[in-house]
Amino acid sequence: MDRILFGDNQFFAVNHISDEKSRAQSIKFKEDKTILDTIDIARETGVETFMCTTHDRIINICEMIREQPEKYKQFSIYPCMPYAHKYANAVTELGILGTIKQYVPGNFFGSIFKGGMAVVSKDYISIMELLIDAEMKMFKKINTPVIFLQNVITDLLLGLGMKDILKAFHDYVKKKYDAEPAFITMNMPKLLDVLESAGIENPIICSSINKAGFRMSGGMAVYEETLRTRKLRAIAMQVLGGGAIPAKEAIEYVCSLPNVESILFGASSRQNISQTVSLIHEFDKKYRNTGVVSA
Amino acid sequence: MIKVALIGAGKMGISHLSILGAHPDVEVVGVADTSKIVTDVLEKYSAFKTFSDYKKMLAQVNPDAVFVSAPTKFHASIVNELLQMGKHVFVEKPFCLKVDDGVTLVRMAKDKNLINQVGYHNKFIGTFEEVKRLITGGFIGEINHFTGEAYGPVVVRKKQGTWRADPEEGGGCLMDYASHVIDLLNYIVSPIRKVHGALLKPIYSETVEDAVYALVETENNISGVLSVNWSEETYRKMSTSISINGSKGKIISDASELKVYFKTADCPAGYSKGWNIKYVTELTHEVDFYLRGEEYSAQVDYFIKAIQGKVPNIKNTFESALITDQLIAQIKNNKNN
Repeated sequence: MDRILFGDNQFFAVNHISDEKSRAQSIKFKEDKTILDTIDIARETGVETFMCTTHDRIINICEMIREQPEKYKQFSIYPCMPYAHKYANAVTELGILGTIKQYVPGNFFGSIFKGGMAVVSKDYISIMELLIDAEMKMFKKINTPVIFLQNVITDLLLGLGMKDILKAFHDYVKKKYDAEPAFITMNMPKLLDVLESAGIENPIICSSINKAGFRMSGGMAVYEETLRTRKLRAIAMQVLGGGAIPAKEAIEYVCSLPNVESILFGASSRQNISQTVSLIHEFDKKYRNTGVVSA
Repeated sequence: MIKVALIGAGKMGISHLSILGAHPDVEVVGVADTSKIVTDVLEKYSAFKTFSDYKKMLAQVNPDAVFVSAPTKFHASIVNELLQMGKHVFVEKPFCLKVDDGVTLVRMAKDKNLINQVGYHNKFIGTFEEVKRLITGGFIGEINHFTGEAYGPVVVRKKQGTWRADPEEGGGCLMDYASHVIDLLNYIVSPIRKVHGALLKPIYSETVEDAVYALVETENNISGVLSVNWSEETYRKMSTSISINGSKGKIISDASELKVYFKTADCPAGYSKGWNIKYVTELTHEVDFYLRGEEYSAQVDYFIKAIQGKVPNIKNTFESALITDQLIAQIKNNKNN
């Protein structure tokens, strides 16, 4: 994985500390072109990986990327699925069965109804695989070397103790997409325990890691200990604590930690993007004793 | 270990279940849901014991406490049954469709000395907790007016057929969305007891209201405006905000950002004269397990701790939720349209 990953929250009005900023972002990124322009700004600073939710608007972004294969030759997307609001809204509106019917593609669902509920009850993993395929459709012909399960689902399954489903996601992503399966979570140490117990070794886990201890469930000390002593490929997100920590302090903290392979950040302006990227390079030189971008 | 059972594994229920599953002091002894698909998946992939009939579950697993996240229309009868059996109860919001039922349940829980809590999770959000502290401490002086708002994209086109379209099942914006705002203001300012005028407006729905606009007053005569609309697609998800005007300053807060204005330098530590901004990042208490928001874990933890006798059972009690139910009934009766 690249050392620096560019995130997408800012494009979709996800701001953890201010509703006003969210609205301003909605206005700024009304046009898909503006999103791609901002991705290009990140690329100019050497950040060639875009980590994004399988939001409907990504369909169009991918279309624009496909139209310029030469320009985006080096470019990768790390999809994060599912876009939970889509399904949550659908469950509210259509119920669980209605939602499956809406999003599971092809004849499969017809055959479920023909076969009755017994077929459904035996084949939940297949339904999940079909949902993964449905989400992956938009990335056709685009390089997607790492594929993530979103934290709402990862953590829901974690609390429910459904490690077989986490494992099934892992195995299917590997088999069908020849990609690295990965997990976003707000409960990194707990998830690592469960993934290891499911036989997944050295997993890629993206979680909140920041100097404020924000969304580091169980406490910073457990996270730092886990990074120091356990085997995982960690990605740090929410490194600015939603913007509450001054950038320099925030980046220095994350760069000083052991075993953080990549840093995920999102920003809307050229200034913030290049500031964050150069801070990461600066502190990497100090703490990693290397000036290279890739790890 | 506290033995907990759950009735109703829908959207809120499954979220409670996951949080309970991760709680170190909780043993989930049973889950009841009428949906075959839900019990099937849980049976197959989780370690939870499932039941299609909650009565059978209660007879078999003997929990200390029960989470009720069944549809609102079943709250009163299920909770009544549970209290009869001597179970501690956490019930989803809104509390009851009928005020009389709520009155009975409040009395029962008190008589039997059982821990009771309702799922108004906003009270566990860092920013709103800080607002409560500032108001209780008298830091913005005498309050003269408040506004409470909530907006979100629940019903953004014409549709029908779900429970949200049935007024008899508590399906409108008043019970679903406005109840959160009312309950939060009852807690932070003081109980709202009077309704001077209310509009319940359908926007896309045919049988229920999609928006609630009301002019209200608390028991100590503080005026307020409620503006709630769940057909607001400019919001990504539900957004609840309050503003409170006092003689010494003003507070504007939502779940992520708190803005406080002080007229003079007479203000609490960490604040100064003029505008102050604080973010939820610095006001949030860390939780052991996170799903969808700290407040969901915090409210479950509070309930468990209350059973263990580690915290008093004073937050989101049946009694406080009943006051919210009462105002909801008044708004329905006083609507001007």
